[in-house]
Amino acid sequence: MGALYILWLREVKRYLRSRAQIIASLGQPLLYLVVLGFGLGPTFQKAGGGSYVQFISPGIIGMAVLFTSIFSGIALLWDRQFGFLKETLVAPVPRIQIMAGRTLGGATVSMIQGSLVIIISLIAGLRPVSWAGIPLAIGFMAAIAIVFAALGTALGASLQDMQGFQLVMNFLVLPIFFLSGALFPLNNLPAALKIVTRIDPLSYGVDGLRGALIGTSFFGIAFDAGALAIAAIVLLCLGAWRFSKIEI
Amino acid sequence: MIQVKNLTKQFGDVTAVNDISFEVKAGEVFAFLGPNGAGKTTTIKMLTTLLRPTKGELQIDGLDPTTQQSEVRKKFGIVFQDPSLDQDLTALENMQIHGALYHVPRKLLKERSETLLKLFELWDRKDSLVKTFSGGMKRRLEIARGFLHSPKILFLDEPTLGLDPQSRNQMWNQVKSINQSERVTVFLTTHYMDEADRVAQRIAIIDHGKIVATGSSQELKDQTKTNSLEEAFLALTGTTIRDESATSADQMKQVLRMWRR
Repeated sequence: MGALYILWLREVKRYLRSRAQIIASLGQPLLYLVVLGFGLGPTFQKAGGGSYVQFISPGIIGMAVLFTSIFSGIALLWDRQFGFLKETLVAPVPRIQIMAGRTLGGATVSMIQGSLVIIISLIAGLRPVSWAGIPLAIGFMAAIAIVFAALGTALGASLQDMQGFQLVMNFLVLPIFFLSGALFPLNNLPAALKIVTRIDPLSYGVDGLRGALIGTSFFGIAFDAGALAIAAIVLLCLGAWRFSKIEI
Repeated sequence: MIQVKNLTKQFGDVTAVNDISFEVKAGEVFAFLGPNGAGKTTTIKMLTTLLRPTKGELQIDGLDPTTQQSEVRKKFGIVFQDPSLDQDLTALENMQIHGALYHVPRKLLKERSETLLKLFELWDRKDSLVKTFSGGMKRRLEIARGFLHSPKILFLDEPTLGLDPQSRNQMWNQVKSINQSERVTVFLTTHYMDEADRVAQRIAIIDHGKIVATGSSQELKDQTKTNSLEEAFLALTGTTIRDESATSADQMKQVLRMWRR
């Protein structure tokens, strides 16, 4: 257990020390919120969708958690490059514990990041239906964080170098975000898009956040929670398996 | 303590280690010498569960590193040839992580960290981030960390690369002391023949993935009719230069490995 804790602590410490990076990584969500929120707001309102800032805030919170958690997992690549990975891999600690420590650390960091974006959203104009929804929203953030930290770990354990990173960014992370319904409602979509959005685990995360924060959910909060739980189990197993196969 | 039988490792069609066999007895200081790219690090990686052999049998204290990985990892400590520190943490934090990973009790961890960091003259900088350290300081920290727990076997893969004579001296004294007081078996590689001559009881020389000679320093000198270990080494492995430098060779190996996967 000591190993799990120390590796969790390592992730958190590294995050808290990179202040410049924290601020930089808040720029993107802010941009989305302000530019899209206010830019598309009038059109969205006319189409009968209500306040767009209200609508996309949960999506942007989901995005912040997605990016931070998946990158924390892929940071395995950096550890491989700088050598620290070896230090953990020869230690007399089951690899599953090492993987769990890193993943939980990454998930914790992503939740801090997501919480900061909740605060920004509140400033930008998000009005939660009830404050009781906030703990539920944090629960959904945790679920998103674990799902994608596990996916990031699986990717980081499988990729060999930084070149693969761009590939993952463009063909996996961005599609996960754009196809999650973070920016548009999930009803009345074309058939192909409908299928893809339902495969994307983030769809359920964003939908759950929306249910918790603004009281409208497409799939239903219970269904969202169930879907995320299944995704988490599958991806944690995948991550653990990939991690156990790492050779240096 | 370490038994290797017909060990082979291939990366694609490059054979890094070619059918080698040797044995290291308990409590022995064993030096594994060879030119760059001879297969030293690959052998160490297989012994320390980081790589799977293509063929052959391995035993560490009676355990098989390919199947009983966790048990084997409890037996050894290692100082790697290339960096393995977390640069975004402080020196002390790196020691603490190591202590937690190797289940060193908290109180002992505190004491030993202090002793070792003082010994390697890093105590004043214990709370500085490792990325602000010079190359030599990082190296010293890696070595201090390697001595934090007392394993049965200690692997030292070119530990003194880039160290000044003072630190080198300090480090080999430490190696000798734990070898004598705690009967730690030491398996080391180095390019400095004087070091091997000074600390190793037995030496194996590997070249092109094959072991070309084994014996004590004296035996190797007698066998080649030379006066120093360095001359014996050159007589056994030839005088041609293998690579421009260790680092570029390692990079090449890394690139090769990336493409192979």
